[in-house]
Amino acid sequence: MNGFLQMVARDLRLALRQRADAGMVVLFFVLTAALFPFGVGPEANLLARIAPGVIWVTALLAVLLSLERLFLADYEDGALELLALSPLPLEAIVLAKALAHWLTTGLPLVLAAPLLALLYNMDPAGLPALILAMVLGTPSLSLIGAIGAALALGARRGGVLIPLLVLPLNVPVLIFGVGAIDATLAGLDAKPHLLFLGALFLAALVTAPLAAAAALRQAIE
Amino acid sequence: MTLFQGRELDCLRGERRVFAGLDFSIPPGGLLVLTGANGSGKSSLLRIMAGLLRPAGGTLTWDGAPVTDDPEAQAARLHYLGHLDAVKPVLTVAENLAFWAVLHGGAAAEVARGLEAFDLTVLAGVPGGMLSAGQKRRVALARLLAAPAETWLLDEPTVGLDTPSLARLDVAIAEQRATGGRVVVATHAALDAPDAETLDLGDFAVAPGEAYSAGEAGW
Repeated sequence: MNGFLQMVARDLRLALRQRADAGMVVLFFVLTAALFPFGVGPEANLLARIAPGVIWVTALLAVLLSLERLFLADYEDGALELLALSPLPLEAIVLAKALAHWLTTGLPLVLAAPLLALLYNMDPAGLPALILAMVLGTPSLSLIGAIGAALALGARRGGVLIPLLVLPLNVPVLIFGVGAIDATLAGLDAKPHLLFLGALFLAALVTAPLAAAAALRQAIE
Repeated sequence: MTLFQGRELDCLRGERRVFAGLDFSIPPGGLLVLTGANGSGKSSLLRIMAGLLRPAGGTLTWDGAPVTDDPEAQAARLHYLGHLDAVKPVLTVAENLAFWAVLHGGAAAEVARGLEAFDLTVLAGVPGGMLSAGQKRRVALARLLAAPAETWLLDEPTVGLDTPSLARLDVAIAEQRATGGRVVVATHAALDAPDAETLDLGDFAVAPGEAYSAGEAGW
């Protein structure tokens, strides 16, 4: 447990010292979402209706931006080999890195999302569902992303490969994430959608560290 | 006596057989020096010993038991020093060391020992990105001391080191062996250890005609 916390603390410290990287993700999120009104026109009703979808899709893309760095720096400077040889299982290391990744990218997105919702004139009644769905959904994005990032290691143009691997796997999170907000706005119960998001998170929590660790072992062999 | 042994090890890199039928045995306190031409498989053998690379054939045993039975226990027993130094540019020297020390179950206080042994105390607060190649190498070597491990696997540890640092490396290796630790070194430089055992990888090289034998690559 000590090693796990040490691993999380190291990644957080690295992210803190390179603040620009984490800041860029949130900035990308806000900027991209702000582009849609220019594309589809400023009609308030339309914007309010597409808000949940736009917020989720841009959040998905923003997370993608940050995935390449998840293992690449450690792979290139030899730290990944040493991590694989540490007494801490590689699965635990993946989990620690995914947790640190969520704290530095997922959490800022959760905090920025309500702001975008207001910008889009979304009914404030949907805000609790939006935040809950983001809290439940974004950790899955970090976990699933870790699989893609690990698989793309060692491949040429890994950065282009990651979206191709990860985006299809993220579709369920997108569907139920948007579904939870839409249901609330339509006066329905958001609970089934949130339960699905929770189930997806639990499934990713178990499978992603195993899959990513296997991919990392391949990469360093 | 606990032996770290390899029997009939074969190594395959891509489709090329690097070496075949290699045996080694290291007792506590032993120093094994790997020699051989470039590409003869010194690094590959070290990676096999570390468990980073699976041998194409043969077994690796610790005290008679295959190391694959408990890879995590094996990982806890050893320190591996590869070609890369794994020094994070934005962390200070002390922070870099402390991370590896705690991860290996060491105490943060032992970091001072590693810093001192490789004359890094004055650099403790300097970010890794400001270090020269030789200084980074010394940080990587200090990692060996910051958390004790029974076996050291060192791949070209002398690269980039100045003369005083070479002497410090010799001292560190001697101390490690004096406490019953094992050291395996792949190097072209002469080490100050007359009782070292030498393993010439050239003796296990595969004849060029057999190195690319079809059908054995396992595709």
